[in-house]
Amino acid sequence: MTASQTRTETSVTDQRPGDAPVLEVTDLHVTFPGVGKAPDVRAVRGVSYALRRGEVLGIVGESGSGKSVSSLAAMGLLPDYAQIRGSVRLHGEELLGLDDREMAKRRGKSIAMVFQDPLSGLTPVYTVGDQIAEAVRIHNPDVGKEQAAARAVELLELVGIPNAAQRAKAFPHEFSGGMRQRAMIAIAIANQPDVIICDEPTTALDVTIQAQILDVLKTAQRETGAAIVMITHDLGVVAGFVDRVLVMYAGRPVEIGDVDDVYYRTRMPYTMGLLGSVPRLDDAGRAPLVPIKGTPPSLSDLPPGCPFAPRCPIAEPRCTAAEPELVRIGASGHRAACVRAEEVEENGWGAADIYPLPDIPDDTAAEVPRQERDVVLEVEDLVKHHPLMKGAVFKRRVGTVYAVDGISFDVRERETLGLVGESGCGKSTTLMEILSLDRPQRGRVVVLGRESGTLNSRQRFETRRELQVVFQDPMSSLDPRMPVFDIVAEPLRTHGHPKARLAARVNELLRLVGLDPAHAARYPQEFSGGQRQRIGIARALALEPRLLVLDEPVSALDVSIQAGVINLLDELKVKLGLSYLFVAHDLSVIRHIADRVAVMYLGRIVELGDVESIYRAPAHPYTQALLSAIPIPDPEKERARTHIVLEGDLPSPADPPSGCSFRTRCPKFKELGDGERRLCLDEEPQIRPLSTGDHGAACHYAQQRAVV
Amino acid sequence: MGKFLARRLANYVVLVFLATTFAYLLAASTLSPRANYAEMSPRPTEAAVDAQLDRLNLNDKTPLAERYTVWLGDVVTGDFGRTVRDTSVNEEIQRRAGVSIRLIVFGTVIGAVSGVLIGAYGAVRQYRVFDRVSTGAAFFMLSVPAVVVAISLQVIAAAINEWTGTTIFQYAGEYTTGLDAGFWGTLGNRIQHAILPTLALALGQFAAFSRYQRNMMLDVIGSDFVRTAMAKGLTRRKALFKHALRTALIPTVTYFAFVFGSLMAGTTFTEKIYGWNGMGSWVIDSIVKNDVNSVAAVSCFMAVCIMVASFLSDVLYAWLDPRVRVS
Repeated sequence: MTASQTRTETSVTDQRPGDAPVLEVTDLHVTFPGVGKAPDVRAVRGVSYALRRGEVLGIVGESGSGKSVSSLAAMGLLPDYAQIRGSVRLHGEELLGLDDREMAKRRGKSIAMVFQDPLSGLTPVYTVGDQIAEAVRIHNPDVGKEQAAARAVELLELVGIPNAAQRAKAFPHEFSGGMRQRAMIAIAIANQPDVIICDEPTTALDVTIQAQILDVLKTAQRETGAAIVMITHDLGVVAGFVDRVLVMYAGRPVEIGDVDDVYYRTRMPYTMGLLGSVPRLDDAGRAPLVPIKGTPPSLSDLPPGCPFAPRCPIAEPRCTAAEPELVRIGASGHRAACVRAEEVEENGWGAADIYPLPDIPDDTAAEVPRQERDVVLEVEDLVKHHPLMKGAVFKRRVGTVYAVDGISFDVRERETLGLVGESGCGKSTTLMEILSLDRPQRGRVVVLGRESGTLNSRQRFETRRELQVVFQDPMSSLDPRMPVFDIVAEPLRTHGHPKARLAARVNELLRLVGLDPAHAARYPQEFSGGQRQRIGIARALALEPRLLVLDEPVSALDVSIQAGVINLLDELKVKLGLSYLFVAHDLSVIRHIADRVAVMYLGRIVELGDVESIYRAPAHPYTQALLSAIPIPDPEKERARTHIVLEGDLPSPADPPSGCSFRTRCPKFKELGDGERRLCLDEEPQIRPLSTGDHGAACHYAQQRAVV
Repeated sequence: MGKFLARRLANYVVLVFLATTFAYLLAASTLSPRANYAEMSPRPTEAAVDAQLDRLNLNDKTPLAERYTVWLGDVVTGDFGRTVRDTSVNEEIQRRAGVSIRLIVFGTVIGAVSGVLIGAYGAVRQYRVFDRVSTGAAFFMLSVPAVVVAISLQVIAAAINEWTGTTIFQYAGEYTTGLDAGFWGTLGNRIQHAILPTLALALGQFAAFSRYQRNMMLDVIGSDFVRTAMAKGLTRRKALFKHALRTALIPTVTYFAFVFGSLMAGTTFTEKIYGWNGMGSWVIDSIVKNDVNSVAAVSCFMAVCIMVASFLSDVLYAWLDPRVRVS
């Protein structure tokens, strides 16, 4: 056995002095050389951090900031053509430069990784148990097959998979996303590693599942005593989970320090912007978010000096002279890369002080009481069931997916209704049913006074004018072969807009959404995600609709970009007197933008009412769990909170539980006596108004309670 | 899983029946065994011809439906009827089927396995020398018709034989007739004869499979689960072999069933060119001789071969992809 191996062996037992760093990254650079004439992409440019035993370091930054690449470099998982410089030391031993065989001995043994997408992270053709056992056996060849299988079951139990012995024999496709992520964590901790790198481990998951996974990670850390690197863009997750934070921008760390220092005594304008641009669950105010203007620089063509300077509100000429180093500022261990950091500290500037806030006019028209405003959309007892078919030639119906199962709500003029729920709850199906303008399977949809399904083609065409949609994915919802001008002009041409005024109208629309009309001749791929979403909004607004349906319009965007789009939607609503039906899974965004909220679970609305009442005192146990599961980007508040962690996964919409569909996961149901439970088991709860104003919940035992 | 395979098998049996029936009906309605007697001298009387054709169930004066019923009745009992020369079709099948099966099995196995391995390795070494050379070779093979490949191989083999002065390759017949060299000598002689036709078949298979496998492999090589496997502690080579290749093989196995049909066509040419008395050369001869029953029998044989190939690919598919087994 080589010396290095002996060293890793001993590392598992706790023999080192406590304060020696387990993982030490020094001046790490990663460059992807350009092919042909393309310039090199400098993905990571000088990252340094040290990680002690049991410590949790958060690395935050927007997409393309180099946070994932730097940890893949540490794991030796980057492709061969990546050029890596600097030093990565694990227990003092240099990892860079080791060949694949040597690195493989350490990967999964002393340094493990949990990836973002659990759906594609497991090999589809092996059982989950086998894949965990493989991780055990690869580092312990003496362990027999059966022993490894038993260990796999043990690990699955540890990460909270019920019936672990049986589930270990299942294949990945039989696991839900949350369960697969648990299995990934089981693989990562199989050999009691000293460092676990988590690369956006909860980004692809629903909030209630995210809360479960964060819990599992905490358990895993307790069991293994490992240090954790938590890579995420979610500032809420970081606030409650980590000890120290490293903020990255354009491949470089721009601020690092204890989580409290970074959150409360922010010194780098970028970090401030990032924190200011997040809509807050605990913030009732309607103050506009802090958008950071512009977009992150291209890593193959960085501006001179500080890469953030072009977007920085307090940039000075000297900022572009040279790239600032990370310098200590304030508390020990708190460092920021900004030439004006000291000035920021002396003046005690915050995001609101340095970022110009957009001026969004108050909506005076919205002060008219709700009842007196026109109804623009009315949905009554809407049902959409999909038949489940089996057989190739002779299809037969084997079941029904209850995608939307009798929901009712209305949207009034100049009002935003937020439709929230986890994936699979039927919120997108609801949108599609409304947009189809066809007769629903059951119930009634009335759009602007016209009932769907009773319209002739002319009336449908006219209704389409008034009802427009913005889709989630700004990449795929714009035709890549059409210039922006044509994309925005298409609805106008279809609806016979006078040709002479076409160009003027398109330019007006582009200006309205904050784009330069001079760019109208460009193609969508030349725009960033946020800009493309603005193009999508301009297209939706072209015909001056009265009702805009938005399907997760900001969920694909980075926070700093998201803030700009949310502000734009706020502003357009006031300016143009629009009504929004806003579908989202992010409850913080909904709190910021919506007037009323409908919470969906398994095809039904479980709680409906005005934003203030629901967020302040939710009455349905599901809403309570949902709100409680969302981490708040405020370390002190977040540490003080106890999250309601729901058990299990969403039941299949093809086989919903009897009575109240939420009872299988309901924390309240568990507390009830047998007599009280009867009602939940047998009777489907209907939405009943609560004492406080416009607020109702579909729970037999609804009880309002603050959870944020 | 058993149920899945049983259902597939039942489907295939129906398909074989249909294929053979159509082949018989087509052959019986277009080929004219009567024409064979027209050129005989002395020319037999029409009554004699009719009697002979009636005996062989080949008389075009008998309604097609009736001939078909008679033929089908025999086939069900395992008798494929008589050839135009009044010999047993069954005996002919016995003589020839083995020849073709040897050629097909070796050609397919060598072609598919080398294609899969070279394609997969080419994907791992994308745009390197190995990948470029194998891609070039595969495209070259794909663009040259099977007949040209077979004849070119003969020409090259002849040149090599001449250059070395010894007969390394044999390119006519399946073995040297009247050779008496013991077991090993006979085996060696057969291999000498088999190399070229097998290669001619295998090359086409290699070309198709290597391209397909390369693409499939490229799809999974960068996938998250390969990265997970490496993060566990597998080396890149091991992760690619155990996780990527295994997953990338699944579509190739389905592809196998598709290309098998073209392989059968290739066999026909190869047998003819290399003078092997297999099923493929027989079908060509039978068409020339208006031998309806033989054409139907060869069609049935080919349908069964394709069925076996498809069934094999189903079994492999179910073995490789647990999602089929579980659901």
